[in-house]
Amino acid sequence: MTTLEDRPVTEVGKARKRKEDAHLITGRTTWTDNMTLPGMLHLAILRSPMAHAKITRVDVSGALARTGVVAAFSGQDFAETQGVIPCAWPVTADMVNPGHPSLAVTQVNHVGEAVAVVVARDKYAAQDALEAIDIDYDPLPPVLDMEAALADGAVKVHDHTESNKSYTWAFESGAAGTGGAIDDALREAEVTVKRRFIQQRLIPAFMEPRSTVVQPMGDGVTMWSSTQVPHILRTMLSLTLALPEHKVRVIAPDVGGGFGGKLQVTPEEVICTLVARKLGKPVKFTESRSESLMSAHHGRDQIQDITITAKKDGTVTGLDVHLMADMGAYLRLVSPGVPVLGAFMFNSIYKFGAYRFVCDGVFTTKTPTDAYRGAGRPEATFAIERIMDELANELGMDPLELRRKNWIKHEEFPFTTVCGLTYDSGNYEAATARALELIGWDDLKAEREQRRARKDPVQLGLGISTFTEMCGLAPSRVLGSLDYAAGGWENAAIRVLATGKVEVVTGSSAHGQGHETAWSQIVADQLGVPFDDIEIIHGDTQSSPKGMDTYGSRSLTVGGIAVVQAAEKVVAKARTIAAHMLEANPDDLEFSGGTFSVKGAPGAGKTIQEIAFATFAAHDLPDGIEPTLDSDATFDPENFSFPHGTHLCAIDVDTETGRATIRRYVCVDDIGEVINPLIVEGQVHGGIAQGIAQALYEEAVYDDAGNLTTGTFVDYLVPSAADLPSFTTDRTVSRSTTNPLGVKGVGEAGTIASTPAVVNAVIDALRPWGINDIQMPCTPERIWRAVATGAEKSDRDAGGTVAYGGASTSTSDGSSDGELS
Amino acid sequence: MAQISVTVDQVDYSDEVEPRLLLVHYLRERLGKVGTVVGCDTSNCGACTVLLDGKSVKSCSVLAVQANGSTVTTVEGLASADGSLHAIQQAFHDEHALQCGFCTPGMMLAACDLLRENPNPSEQEVREGIEGNLCRCTGYQNIVRAVQAAGRTMSGSATEASL
Amino acid sequence: MIPAAFDYFRPATLDEAVQALTAAGDEGKVLAGGQSLLPVLRLRLAYPEMVVDLGGIADLQGVRDDGDAIVIGAMTTHSDVTHDSLVREHAPLLAQATETVGDRQVRHRGTFGGSLAHADPAGDLPTVALTLDATMRVVGPSGERSIAARDFFLDYLTTALEPGEILTAIRIPKLGAGWSTHYEKFNRVAQAWSIVAVAAAVRSENGTIAEAKIGLTNMGSTPLRATAVENALAGAAASADAVGAASASAIEGTNAPSDLAGKSDYRNHLVTVLTRRAVLTAAGA
Repeated sequence: MTTLEDRPVTEVGKARKRKEDAHLITGRTTWTDNMTLPGMLHLAILRSPMAHAKITRVDVSGALARTGVVAAFSGQDFAETQGVIPCAWPVTADMVNPGHPSLAVTQVNHVGEAVAVVVARDKYAAQDALEAIDIDYDPLPPVLDMEAALADGAVKVHDHTESNKSYTWAFESGAAGTGGAIDDALREAEVTVKRRFIQQRLIPAFMEPRSTVVQPMGDGVTMWSSTQVPHILRTMLSLTLALPEHKVRVIAPDVGGGFGGKLQVTPEEVICTLVARKLGKPVKFTESRSESLMSAHHGRDQIQDITITAKKDGTVTGLDVHLMADMGAYLRLVSPGVPVLGAFMFNSIYKFGAYRFVCDGVFTTKTPTDAYRGAGRPEATFAIERIMDELANELGMDPLELRRKNWIKHEEFPFTTVCGLTYDSGNYEAATARALELIGWDDLKAEREQRRARKDPVQLGLGISTFTEMCGLAPSRVLGSLDYAAGGWENAAIRVLATGKVEVVTGSSAHGQGHETAWSQIVADQLGVPFDDIEIIHGDTQSSPKGMDTYGSRSLTVGGIAVVQAAEKVVAKARTIAAHMLEANPDDLEFSGGTFSVKGAPGAGKTIQEIAFATFAAHDLPDGIEPTLDSDATFDPENFSFPHGTHLCAIDVDTETGRATIRRYVCVDDIGEVINPLIVEGQVHGGIAQGIAQALYEEAVYDDAGNLTTGTFVDYLVPSAADLPSFTTDRTVSRSTTNPLGVKGVGEAGTIASTPAVVNAVIDALRPWGINDIQMPCTPERIWRAVATGAEKSDRDAGGTVAYGGASTSTSDGSSDGELS
Repeated sequence: MAQISVTVDQVDYSDEVEPRLLLVHYLRERLGKVGTVVGCDTSNCGACTVLLDGKSVKSCSVLAVQANGSTVTTVEGLASADGSLHAIQQAFHDEHALQCGFCTPGMMLAACDLLRENPNPSEQEVREGIEGNLCRCTGYQNIVRAVQAAGRTMSGSATEASL
Repeated sequence: MIPAAFDYFRPATLDEAVQALTAAGDEGKVLAGGQSLLPVLRLRLAYPEMVVDLGGIADLQGVRDDGDAIVIGAMTTHSDVTHDSLVREHAPLLAQATETVGDRQVRHRGTFGGSLAHADPAGDLPTVALTLDATMRVVGPSGERSIAARDFFLDYLTTALEPGEILTAIRIPKLGAGWSTHYEKFNRVAQAWSIVAVAAAVRSENGTIAEAKIGLTNMGSTPLRATAVENALAGAAASADAVGAASASAIEGTNAPSDLAGKSDYRNHLVTVLTRRAVLTAAGA
């Protein structure tokens, strides 16, 4: 028998190798597309080649005549039954939601929208028959440019709406009582810098294409789907299709990445359900990559007009943020809420006196946008970290000094910000100091000056991002105040089996994060049972019926705490039974390493396994005690958590070709306590890679007819190993004070932090050319163009390599310099 | 239809196939070898990578008929018959080189191919050697570590065996 | 995505292949390594009725010494080309450029002949063939003929191959003593096609460039030779200034495309920088 001394002090904090790996490295996987059911039929979906058009005729009869085809449907066939794709976040009372049919009925509003579906005995036959469907379109002008879309007389995406504006959401610290009036700050400013930043449109590009299998079961359905949100999907599917919720079972088997991209109730899931129920047969739909890129929701796509005010000594006073956020053609699950999530993050770690945030949600004839890793917070962090550099440049101040002067000091925590959030803990000084040390900042600065002096064609740029984020989404009351339809709690249940093995049911449905390992570590400590004796059950609404799923860096900070609370309930029940078995008073027992013993008499004890068996046998339990140790807990956080960190990037910019090559990337993140450092490091690596990808590589580009020209991985440039550097990561630990584990969440940190670090580095390299902005991704062409012309002057094409939804990227007065008043 | 004979993970198969049938679909849908997955349609992502006569190929860009008479190794054939893991599998586990795991089978087989040619690759050589395999989760850093670690294990065991 | 249905023929001899291809007419398509064709078929950008797979014809593979040249079978894979000792000795430019094509998996399947016959102006190997003054051996219904590389690439994805003709081998003259080469490729991510690339072969004598061959990738609808640069380099010092001056004329005779990877003015700039770098690297300067 192992003694206490043989065991690690705690499982939490240990770099446990993952439980999840065993089946993934041997190919014994359960991806949805692996699923076959007896009699299963295969769907293929015909998608609109037009960005904007009336559908005047659909004839599916040709498809029906093809070999192997069982059925074919157009939107007309489901017009009465398909409902609309749910939008759970009506951010304002007067938000316009035009309604999103799963299968277009009378009009298509973006390329890739589903217009017809073929059902066949195999997927080759289904694909072939798509070509036999006849559709007549009456083209309408595409709507591609957000500013043009909001102008008077603009072509409307939806003719039944008054305009292309979905909503205006506003916050102002004076009115909210959380700070001064922004108008005062703007009027009294000694220094004002304005910039327009473009958050290009990105595609989540999870590696596993989405797949759905639906089996009709009596008057209900069982759905297997490649989703992040089986619980939300179940509820929403039942509401959308008027299926009783208890007749809908949703299973998320192995899910190959999500990054927000599978935080959705998709048209394809609705179509599969409709077809399966209509035909009474199980069906499967698996998208191709090119379908995925044009029809799965996109992310980002904002025009950000940012004004920062400061005193001449560098003290920041006000921040004024005006956004246009491209919703695409429709509102999906949380489309309108994504920019609003960023509303509380633009002020970041700095002590602003006044703050305003105004966001217009705009319809265009593009793929709908929705959550993508960070969802609103990367956009905010980018804007503030970029404008801090611009302010520093205007003031002739070191960007690091400017940050130091304005950030919340360690001793000032907890700190309530200008938008009313209370940051519980943090130590920006410590993280920054460690990062500077790791990268060798002073040496790099000296080298940068030397290379500037000798006019080296390859310049060195140094970029800083001192970020924070709000995560652990979210306190239900806060979500309610923001008009989100659901709560932000999470559920966990623990079942203690007769032999002392433990099943942990979690509502956080993982898709690569490593919950099985991390939750096992938490429960091992809480119950004192071996790590390997714990099984984590998730991702099936039948076996884990309650949950709010995995997104927004919430699993550990919300779901993990629910696990702790459930475990505490198990221990409390076990204590009563142990006391009975030991003939002691429960209050006299101590619980350590899985054993209850009488305080001061450690020799005699009862292990949790012995208690589990005694409970199972139930021969001799105290009066009134149920024969079970099982428990259930639902945790609703009181506050968000606020991880932070300092990311530093050193980049070589070849001014002749325009290529930017990252030379060193260092980050020191503070995510509070850590359950498993191995998993944390992996999350940070992957997050940084996605943030770098936004800075340098990825962009969803539409041509002027509204076609997605980056429609395959040939043109949508997900970076490979050869395109990325190694990252140096480290951590500081400022325990969260708002949850018992002291944890803060890590899933999005790297993505949120890294983009401005990289772009700031690129701009830093090019300051001698008077360059103060380069539109993302900072492609070699864009960098060269900036060097060649002195500033990035985009020619405002509606489509193509320099397309974006707004006007030029220079300052609002049209000059390339910031304004000094 | 065409008649093909293929050895997949040490099992011989003979089948009638449509000429257009992609090797990856043959593996997944005819043989039930669903460990090999499809991630794109332009042969960029590498998720479908298998070894064809010992060399890495993207099985979405090979017709099943082209594999006639060949030997295919998929992720399901990497471990020994007794279930002991291949060095690359062990290294991916040890180095936390996977998160969602969707790219992992292709990534491991691409790595095996690289290590066959270069048993002790530098970091840069690994990065270039797996440039045909996209991963969205890991940022590649731990994959690079794992490939190097597997290389050390494999060349170490080869040395031992030759002694 | 899934290709549309087609008939498939895997001949054992070249004659059978030519016959099958001739019979299929416009509906026939040659399958070499398939690394361009299969994605095209999967995206249903082409609908051939007959696919003739050259993979069963042993004669089309391998590299042999042919006196003052090497001859590379059209079906020799990129991987085999890069590892071949004759290629590495006599056409290192080809070995270097081929190593940058696609990725390891693609190079295991893709073939030298397939890349040339596909004639994508963003492809690296047509430029190398043109730069090295390669000769294409082709066989067709009316027998065998040779086509010089400069006459082979006619337009975007268009070669001088007549219907029914098959590229069988590529003859590459050995560069000989005094020559050195470099392929300077510029793309956005490792797997991507060249935005622009420059192939340089230079013969140096006592610190000056006696002779140069410069090929350009993706600067027009076909691979191009930068004749003006070649002329300007003849007799020039192998110095950054002299080579830079000569490289300024790299855009002469080009017609760079504008696409997602870059507008033509950017390519026009890039080609001068890359030409200078390619030549200087080749010359060891």
